[in-house]
Amino acid sequence: MLAYTVKRLVLAVPVLLGLTVIVFLIMAMIPGDPATAILGSYATPENVERLNRQLGLDRSLVEQYFVWLGNLLQGDFGRSYNLNRPVIDEVLERFSATLILAGASLLLCSIFGLIAGVVSAVRQYGWTDKIVTFFVLVGISVPSFWLGLLLVLAFAVTWRLFPASGMFAIYGGGDLPDLLHHLVLPAITLAVVATGVIARLTRAAMLEVLRQDYIRTARAKGVSERRVIYRHAFKAALVNVIPVIGVQAGFVLGGAVYIETVFQWPGIGRMLVTAISTRDLLLVQGGVLVVAASYVLFNLLTDLLQHLVDPRLRS
Amino acid sequence: MTAAATATAPAAKAGSGRPSPLKLFLRNQLAAFGAGLLLVIILLVILTPFLPLQDPAATDPANRLLRPLAEGHLLGSDHLGRDILSRLLWGTGVSLLVGLSATSVAALFGSSIGILAGYFGGRADTLLMRGIDMLMAFPYILLALAIVAALGPGLLNALFAIAIVNIPFFARNIRGVTLGLAKREFIDAARLSGKSDLSILLTEVLPNVLPVIVITVSTTVGWMILETAGLSFLGLGAQPPDADLGSMLGEGRKLLITAPHVSVIPGVMIFLVVMSINLLGDGIRDLLDPRLKSGALARPAPMTEVDRPSAQTAPSAQAVAAMSAKQGSVLAVHDLETQFRIGSDVYKAVNRVSFDIRPNECLGLVGESGSGKSVTALSLLGLVATPPGRIVGGQVLLQGRDLLGLDAAGLRAVRGDGVAYIFQDPLTTLHPLFTIGDQIAEAIRSHKPVSYREAWASAVKLLDAVRIPNAAGRASAYPHELSGGMRQRVSIAMSLANDPELLIADEPTTALDVTVQAQVLKLLDQLRDDTDASLLFITHDFGVVSEVCHRVAVMYAGRIVEIGPTEEVLSAPAHPYTERLIACVPRLGEPGRRLEAIPGLPPAVNKLPPGCAFAERCPHAEDACRQGEIDLDAVNDAHQVRCIKPRNGQGGGAA
Repeated sequence: MLAYTVKRLVLAVPVLLGLTVIVFLIMAMIPGDPATAILGSYATPENVERLNRQLGLDRSLVEQYFVWLGNLLQGDFGRSYNLNRPVIDEVLERFSATLILAGASLLLCSIFGLIAGVVSAVRQYGWTDKIVTFFVLVGISVPSFWLGLLLVLAFAVTWRLFPASGMFAIYGGGDLPDLLHHLVLPAITLAVVATGVIARLTRAAMLEVLRQDYIRTARAKGVSERRVIYRHAFKAALVNVIPVIGVQAGFVLGGAVYIETVFQWPGIGRMLVTAISTRDLLLVQGGVLVVAASYVLFNLLTDLLQHLVDPRLRS
Repeated sequence: MTAAATATAPAAKAGSGRPSPLKLFLRNQLAAFGAGLLLVIILLVILTPFLPLQDPAATDPANRLLRPLAEGHLLGSDHLGRDILSRLLWGTGVSLLVGLSATSVAALFGSSIGILAGYFGGRADTLLMRGIDMLMAFPYILLALAIVAALGPGLLNALFAIAIVNIPFFARNIRGVTLGLAKREFIDAARLSGKSDLSILLTEVLPNVLPVIVITVSTTVGWMILETAGLSFLGLGAQPPDADLGSMLGEGRKLLITAPHVSVIPGVMIFLVVMSINLLGDGIRDLLDPRLKSGALARPAPMTEVDRPSAQTAPSAQAVAAMSAKQGSVLAVHDLETQFRIGSDVYKAVNRVSFDIRPNECLGLVGESGSGKSVTALSLLGLVATPPGRIVGGQVLLQGRDLLGLDAAGLRAVRGDGVAYIFQDPLTTLHPLFTIGDQIAEAIRSHKPVSYREAWASAVKLLDAVRIPNAAGRASAYPHELSGGMRQRVSIAMSLANDPELLIADEPTTALDVTVQAQVLKLLDQLRDDTDASLLFITHDFGVVSEVCHRVAVMYAGRIVEIGPTEEVLSAPAHPYTERLIACVPRLGEPGRRLEAIPGLPPAVNKLPPGCAFAERCPHAEDACRQGEIDLDAVNDAHQVRCIKPRNGQGGGAA
């Protein structure tokens, strides 16, 4: 297991490098000349040329990439012009808020998606199955940003059960219960789509597994039906569902952009949207890199988890 | 051969009379509903320019934020007094157009990459797919945000961003299919005939990958509409005065508390559009690729459904059956009938089968694939999958007790305790994720109140008893870590866990190498001797029968056609089918003997001919064979045959 972990970590390096290449290329796509943009359209050609040299823009794209990458590796993601602070500081601060929200959502969608999928498969064609199927359909079709607004209308405006926005109460907040109270609505909203997807695939995986020969063997041994479903079938289905949860983590991290905007959650998604509107590109670049890198690491974790569950992958 | 195999083979044949795709599609009510809803929405969008609507951009500050159903504004007005209905319909058009355009762009580039990578393979494949993997390493919408950040906000840029982000889904799906196609003969043939790569790609590859492209479109288009709306909602897509559904929602959000309808209404429309597309997409996918159909697989019930005529379940009938069971038999099966119902077809897999097994006896059940021997074995403990299987008649008496009358709990108590199975292929019949020791211990603990530790110790002893070297260490191994022969020994050890009276071995050696086969057979025979258990041995191989079975029953098309002592049946088969079956077995020391295959195929058990089912393939058949029921008649006390013209001139009265 340790050897495999090390191997996967080593294999993650080229992927992480690939991410930096793509982000670099996207940023290089930006139309216009940065020096002209900074100096204004009345700048003399000499001044533009001097600034280009200062910024390293007179060198080849490849050279520019390696200089940029070297800076990244030293933790230098540049400075945000609008916030006037190092990009990395702002990004890490915002990212912790996103991690709380996305982590809570991922927990919710995994738990409820798995339960709904298993129950739905066990009660195939029954009422429970029909209800789950209906909610799955709604879940994967509903725009999450709109669902967030509806939940705010219902639970924050009408019934005043949960706060409509923010991460902590402005006065007297800041402790864990306050955080959880603020977390409820955004976390549920963010979890809805992923719950639907996980439930759907869990149901399909359970139905597939329940037809396997080894399930018949378990029954032939006289194992109770409960144990057949929750031990034999569920564990086998889990092997197929774990990678799906890994993929959903990406959708949850991305979907946080909408939910943070709706609920004014001080996370990296809202930061990105603001940064795009204000053309604070270094901040966008830093934010995208950090979130993408964390997603790569999370996928690595689901890979390791799958290895733990499935002995066939270990040999 | 498993019950599932018997059930699916005829199902494929039954598919020849399939209704047209359109009919199938309409039968899927949800998909038809989705298609209908989408059609209505599209019609409304097309008709929008001709409807008597107000200008969607015309502001009217005096009439701002009117509620729905206000005069002149069916759905109310927004913060600038613009008519929401008009804006909604125009916006729906924009959203649909943008979503579909993004899908087309993604499909075009993604499919091209997939086809090229899959067709040319090698370095081109590696290079293209590595790039695709890189794109997939980003959280979906984040990459779109980065692209919009670079290109600047705007509807067209949002469209490109969403399209680029979806390219990998197409590339990966289409590459997979193309890779499979590129290895097929017709592609080679086209190459040899001198066709250029381009013309092969367009005329041979493209038509074959088209269904996959359509499936991928139908599953991603909803997403793309949702995500472009999302970018507009964030203010990164449509810029005023242009409006799509997402930007209407985004603008309305600021008025959520004072005028919720401004944002709720466009949200409803996005939801309806995406839901109708998802329903339609599911329908299309089910139609083009039935294997993917979600939930098409029916879950097998914990026990086979039993639906016998009431006369057979009455206590008196049970008593008579118990009496008539041969004195001292461990298992007596009477007129067992198991059927598979698929659509309107009824497959009589087991057709009034009767036999009995005495203590410590080995009875062989022999027949070709599909003769019903495995289904017979599985029926005894209700292990035939329902649906489609059902037991519709007969009795299974284990020491006088009718197993078919038991409820789930009663049956569970017998399974693995009184009667235990050894299945054919231990690679698929052992659970891949549990250690073998754990699986044997579980068999013990399902019937005995012992601790896990004690059960584990017993499991090790059992593994030792089936001659697995280093049993204590091997108990912690997983099935895939053992060889085929070792795995079958594990299955045998597991079947012995609770000292059953009867072992049912369903082709236990078929999946094994010949040398290993002999060892496993010897082991089974010895264990039967040592444990006093009886053995029902299912096989298609008369050679195996002669080695381990005391008596043998021959099955054909769901019926027993001959039953008797092994030596007698082998030396003097009475049924022409048995005779032909024995002739198929190669014999040592007779290299010159011709192995004769039996001409023709067994009849389909949903369309059994009247009379003898073997008549069509029998060289001795005459008209009488094709009329009426033929009984199982005695050749002598121990030997019976279902034939009006038994071979070798021995006994057996003509019916």
